[in-house]
Amino acid sequence: MGGYGDVQLLRDDGLRLDGRKLDEMRPVTIEAGILPAADGSAKVTHGLNVAVAAVYGPMEAHPRKIQRQDRAVIDVRYNMAPFSTSDRIRPGFNRRSREISKVTAEALESVVLVERYPRSKIRVEIEILAAEAGTRCAGITAAAVALADAGIPMRDLIVGVASGKVEDTVVLDLDKAEDNYGQADLPVGILPNTGEIAFLQMDGDLSPDEFNLAMEYNFKAAKEIHEIMVEALQQRYQGGEA
Amino acid sequence: MTKGLGQRVAFIMGWRFAANGEKRMSQGQSGAEQRLVTPGMAVGPSTGKRAGSGIIAADESFIATQLGWLKEFNNTVSIDPINAAYMPRSGDLVVAIVAEVRNNLWFMDINGSFQGLLPMSLAPWKVEFGAARQHMDIGDVVLARVQEVDECHNVVLTMKGVGLRRLNQGIVEQLPVQHIDRIRGTNNERLQRLRDLCDSRIMVGENGRVWVDGNANGIRWAREAIHAISSGGHNGDIDQFLNDLENNMKGDA
Repeated sequence: MGGYGDVQLLRDDGLRLDGRKLDEMRPVTIEAGILPAADGSAKVTHGLNVAVAAVYGPMEAHPRKIQRQDRAVIDVRYNMAPFSTSDRIRPGFNRRSREISKVTAEALESVVLVERYPRSKIRVEIEILAAEAGTRCAGITAAAVALADAGIPMRDLIVGVASGKVEDTVVLDLDKAEDNYGQADLPVGILPNTGEIAFLQMDGDLSPDEFNLAMEYNFKAAKEIHEIMVEALQQRYQGGEA
Repeated sequence: MTKGLGQRVAFIMGWRFAANGEKRMSQGQSGAEQRLVTPGMAVGPSTGKRAGSGIIAADESFIATQLGWLKEFNNTVSIDPINAAYMPRSGDLVVAIVAEVRNNLWFMDINGSFQGLLPMSLAPWKVEFGAARQHMDIGDVVLARVQEVDECHNVVLTMKGVGLRRLNQGIVEQLPVQHIDRIRGTNNERLQRLRDLCDSRIMVGENGRVWVDGNANGIRWAREAIHAISSGGHNGDIDQFLNDLENNMKGDA
């Protein structure tokens, strides 16, 4: 048993506590263009996670010291709503949201054609309305759909997805209990069409074989989520609103 | 599923069909079959073709970089984007609004990422240093042309040219930048028809602003047409709207 204390995360029949298989993802739904005031927006529900992203711009970057003469900067603000978890979160920026904003901005900068908009800023607001492990991945997925919805040129749609290890077993898409009591967490941002990795973080320890299996699960899930993203964008604009 | 302006257009797997099954072309895009593509989607081989706007070439295939309708014209594959920001280019005719006034220049809101700069040397009047505000103040609307755009997106406007002036009358309506070709039609035919029907002066700026001046009814009809294009977008049938408008006017007469 690799778990902590006496928490059992895998059932005797080999399934997980919520009945999923090891390589099974939580249900994902995506909706594009939900906020009329934003240039682009999206809502992603991933299991019990609900992430809303809004994109504004490109606009002139202010203050001027953040301007880059050869490209746009992507300004990401990730925030968890006070009511998103069972314990109320103190509103405002904290160390964790600062870190996630930074890694998300770096991941998005690698897919957006930032060189098209010198001295500009593209503002991405990610609001987590409900959290159940994997909010940074849901946020990245929502931001990618919102950027596409805003007409921002991108090399690919980036997909956020995570695998991890519980009870010495690699599993896809950790839920809250698995995230809290598991042994490792491996969130990645994948470009499904090219197979590139735009961001990768790892919390905990994975052996090389476990890492490879986790990445295999991640790539498989990224393909599935990518299909849902494309479907959401097509559904919005084949509905006569374009 | 049947969707679109007036419930006339149906879509199946990214292809657009008329409700009766006949393949339907987008407004202003005659001769091209249309497919909705998303960023990163491979849209076909690049051999023998040129990449247009919204397309990049990678590994002998074209990749879409924007959400929009794929089109091919004159051997060039490009994307007609669903949403886009106005990117000023030298020579563009724009409807600009004064945003800031300095002693010797005006900063103009041109509906883009950056403000345009109109120096007093490029204004149509003789302006004394410090007297810029006497000629144009914040909120004034002008018809100007983009003189120059550098690689850092500094935009210089000019009002020296035929027809470039301050717009003292009429209204300004906003239209998504990607839809301005739809109000113009081929060789401006649709715009001219709208002008004739509304008996109004209508100027379409490349920056998505439309200036309309005429009698109250004319302005109202022009606004309705602009709103029909904004809401109908790529799927809207603006010619049908103009036909309906013409028929209504005949009925009123």
